[in-house]
Amino acid sequence: MADYPDSYKYSAEHEWVALDGEIGTIGITDHAQAELGDVVFVELPEVGSTFDQNAVFGTIESVKAVSDLYAPISGEVVEVNDDLVDRPETVNEDPHEAAWMVKVKLSDASQLDGLMDVSTYQGSIQE
Amino acid sequence: MLASAAFAEIEAVELVFVWSAPVSESLKTPLHDWHVARGGKMVDFAGWRMPVQYGGLVDEHTAVRERAGLFDVSHMGEIRLRGASALANIQRLTVNDASTIEDGQAQYTAMVNDDGGIIDDLLVYRVASDDYLLVVNAGTTGKDYAWIVDRLDGEVEATNESGDWAQIALQGPKAADVLSEIFDEDLGSIAYYRFALSSYGDSPAILSRTGYTGEDGFEIYLAPEHAPSLADQIMTAGEPHGVLPAGLGARDTLRLEAGMMLYGSDMDESRTPIEAKLGWIVKLDKDDFIGRGVLQQQKADGTDERIVAFKAVGRGIPRPGYPLLDAAGEKIGEVTSGTFSPTLREGIGMGYVSSPLAVPDQEIFIEMRGKAIEAVTVKPPFYRRQR
Repeated sequence: MADYPDSYKYSAEHEWVALDGEIGTIGITDHAQAELGDVVFVELPEVGSTFDQNAVFGTIESVKAVSDLYAPISGEVVEVNDDLVDRPETVNEDPHEAAWMVKVKLSDASQLDGLMDVSTYQGSIQE
Repeated sequence: MLASAAFAEIEAVELVFVWSAPVSESLKTPLHDWHVARGGKMVDFAGWRMPVQYGGLVDEHTAVRERAGLFDVSHMGEIRLRGASALANIQRLTVNDASTIEDGQAQYTAMVNDDGGIIDDLLVYRVASDDYLLVVNAGTTGKDYAWIVDRLDGEVEATNESGDWAQIALQGPKAADVLSEIFDEDLGSIAYYRFALSSYGDSPAILSRTGYTGEDGFEIYLAPEHAPSLADQIMTAGEPHGVLPAGLGARDTLRLEAGMMLYGSDMDESRTPIEAKLGWIVKLDKDDFIGRGVLQQQKADGTDERIVAFKAVGRGIPRPGYPLLDAAGEKIGEVTSGTFSPTLREGIGMGYVSSPLAVPDQEIFIEMRGKAIEAVTVKPPFYRRQR
């Protein structure tokens, strides 16, 4: 089981955001990958595209499940992790680091305040 | 990612079995606690609480293809027909010719209604000339039993024995080796689609060389109270062989790779065996049977639509309910079964299309989230084991 970094922010839809200056990196949580099972397909947006908070920015599929990816923050895509297209299993292996999905230039940094910190998120996924 | 409320339901919902709607009083198999103790993720299927997976679907799938996997299939229904007229009734109720099987032999067949619509697909086991066991789908057991009882004729008695039997399937190339350590029978002498009457824990058991995975293997019918003990014994004997418990998720990907249909998804009462390309089990050269007129006509004249198997050429995974399109973008059908194939590493599926397109090497398209993804029709199975 992967560690949940203290510095990340987490959404109720099981994405994480890591902030570096005005760039936010987005991925899905360890809890999310475990629920999905073996990830076999990841579809991500183009560099230069923009999305609003809570909009669908991509799709992720496991053998038996398909799920939309919801943007935890608004912004413009500046980099996409194309490695996930060829090695989607990275999402299961290293969800919080190697399997980052997109980097976005934040359009409203205050949105981060509405996301959960690590202890709140970990509490939310306890049954 | 997902709306959190829907999150816990993901595996159950996305497996898209027709009976997967959660029901308040789901039945538990004799192995329910056994599954939970091994980390089985339990879902509702056909009115039963069943494990969809334990560790991971792909690991379980691969274990069956390369070694062996243990499935709880106790939810399946068993209906006994006994009496001097048992065979005559089976001949009238099913489309295959049950007079051709011997004691200790099983036959794949279907029951259809007067319009030829498939009531269920099933196995008929001939225990003796006046004693047959019909193994039917879990979600249709009640319907099947009522259909049969209403139509019995002559010296025959039908009994719903579904509660009297647990069923454990051990599927994969190591299945015979593992079971040989537990049962005294010469398992190698049981041919495909044959069975032996045995015992386990001082109760009757049936060792049947059948399955739903495309691999060699056995389905073992036994008394419910002995099921956990046999499952434990199999896991212990199987440990050196890398045997894993496997759930409904792997069962579905394995059967689809093997080109086998699932009742309720790929066939139901709105489809006939001819449309489902099961014409090979419809034997017209026997005495009259229910649905014969329609099936004879369809065999001669063809049908407007038939089922076809396909692979995704473009990147994407067919899922049940996705529209199938022709090259002009017109809808020609829907995916009835679809998945990522763990063995082939590509999207595979099946669905009904107009008969001219229901042949291999046709270019069709699958609509996925508004995009048309190219696919090609193929002759099933997608996967065939090396013998």
